Amino acid sequence: MTNIVVLVKQVPDTYSERKLAAGDNTLDREAADAVLDEINERAIEEALVIKEANEGEVTVVCVGPDRANDAIRKALSMGADKAVHVSDEALHGADILQTSKVLAKAVGTVEGVDLIIAGNEASDGRGGAVPAVLAELLGLPQLTHARKVTVEGGTVKVERETADEGITHLEASLPALISVNEKINEPRYPSFKGIMAAKKKPVEKLTAADLGLDGEVGLANAASTVLESAPKPPREAGQRVDDEGDGGVKVAEYLASQKLI
Amino acid sequence: MAEVLVLVDQVDGEAKKSTFELLTAARRLGEPAAVVVGPAGTAAKLTETLGKYGATKVYAAESDDAANYLVTPKVDVLAALVGSAAPAAVLASSTAEGKEVTARLAARTNSGLLVDVVDLDAEGVGTHSIFGGAYTVKAKSANGTLIASIRPGSVDPEEAQGTPATEAVEVPAVDGAKAAKVTGREPIVGGDRPDLTEASVVVSGGRGVGSAESFDVVEKLADVLGAAVGASRAAVDSGYYPHQFQVGQTGKTVSPQLYIALGISGAIQHRAGMQTSKTIVAVNKDSEAPIFEIADFGVVGDLFKVAPQLTDEVTKRKG
Repeated sequence: MTNIVVLVKQVPDTYSERKLAAGDNTLDREAADAVLDEINERAIEEALVIKEANEGEVTVVCVGPDRANDAIRKALSMGADKAVHVSDEALHGADILQTSKVLAKAVGTVEGVDLIIAGNEASDGRGGAVPAVLAELLGLPQLTHARKVTVEGGTVKVERETADEGITHLEASLPALISVNEKINEPRYPSFKGIMAAKKKPVEKLTAADLGLDGEVGLANAASTVLESAPKPPREAGQRVDDEGDGGVKVAEYLASQKLI
Repeated sequence: MAEVLVLVDQVDGEAKKSTFELLTAARRLGEPAAVVVGPAGTAAKLTETLGKYGATKVYAAESDDAANYLVTPKVDVLAALVGSAAPAAVLASSTAEGKEVTARLAARTNSGLLVDVVDLDAEGVGTHSIFGGAYTVKAKSANGTLIASIRPGSVDPEEAQGTPATEAVEVPAVDGAKAAKVTGREPIVGGDRPDLTEASVVVSGGRGVGSAESFDVVEKLADVLGAAVGASRAAVDSGYYPHQFQVGQTGKTVSPQLYIALGISGAIQHRAGMQTSKTIVAVNKDSEAPIFEIADFGVVGDLFKVAPQLTDEVTKRKG
């Protein structure tokens, strides 16, 4: 039996134009299409693979506004068993540390958790820090940026791969927290049956107060303060030439004119 | 003046360039104190180099555990130093590990966290470049000690002579139930080319390169320019080039003086990793390719004709 919690996040689609709200510098959630973050699909896939080998239950935990329900339903339609959704206006503007605190409390409502699986970094904030902070808060071993996960008895082994360090082989006892990178697997598509079944799966909705975090979270209580934000002026297209057999020479002339060669 | 702790980014006792960038940024806020966490003997190899970039002190936290457990020994050492040295700030490289160490440290010390800043001023205000450079955001810590990770390559390292004294500090004992043991390492074997995030010139290939063998064309141009080689996600997914060289949303973010895109269409996810480059040159067969919208100089043509000609021309000009 391996009981697994998978953390999921709804993010603005990276294919659409992402914006910050002019008023309080928080994410403008209306500006772009909202989707289940791609890396989370891989986290769910990995949880399902482990569950299929060891039995157990997969619980999805999500912190986000009401419309994040769509992302949760997608996770359930892939095969997760149930979900916990923390949704509260008071969480608006929460930073990495607060979000981790909320996630830690939410994970705490799930009984007998052996493994927590997250994506290594969300495509919007790209902080890559929430899994590490969650391990810190829950006092669990951190096996992050996994490209391969093996669970055997009470032990989890991970091949961590990052662009800076290469591959690091890790080992820890359960319970533990892992995060997966985009090489971990190819996520399954929800089947029609899965989509129908997901509609009946339980989603427990919680507020900050339910988790005992009333008055501790949200923009006003963040440990870091955004002072200002501004879109960068878009780059403008420069010169363009058609190659007439001298394209390489023309590039060289351009680079020389810019003192780049 | 208060100390500013700099977590030394190093491999086997050799400092990465990003360490010098951190020391340079640290000098704006206080006296840079370098923190070396690693196996016995690591700090001694680094002290002289760290001094060249103005380190006034080197904290040597050396033990087997420091090397044999992931992330947590570094957090333990820094947390102890935050308590004993009361630093003005703690800085680390914005690598996967640096981001994890700083985030855990901020949680443990109840401090404000700035992740992946591209600049940090004397008042501790950090500048972030988010959504692939589409937005600039300024932020500061509102609680405790300022803890920040700085994107490699975003601060120009400046030398400043220091003669650091070394102070040994203890690596707290590791609780095996709360830490991940490192059972093996396979570091990236660096070639002769500069590191992708440190290079001042990057030449990248995309789907248009067509095969792993043809990446030769990209590498040859990179080599005459002394450049790093990058690849788009499409090229990596097709198996043309290894993942560690991927530039874009799910790969590395680069911001070189010159970025040359060969056979890259310029999907939004690729642009997110390179559009803050100072000068962008693009070669693509498709005149409608979105990469041309952000290129300072574009050639509509066959990269297999244009790139080799450019390689020859650069070689000629170098004499």
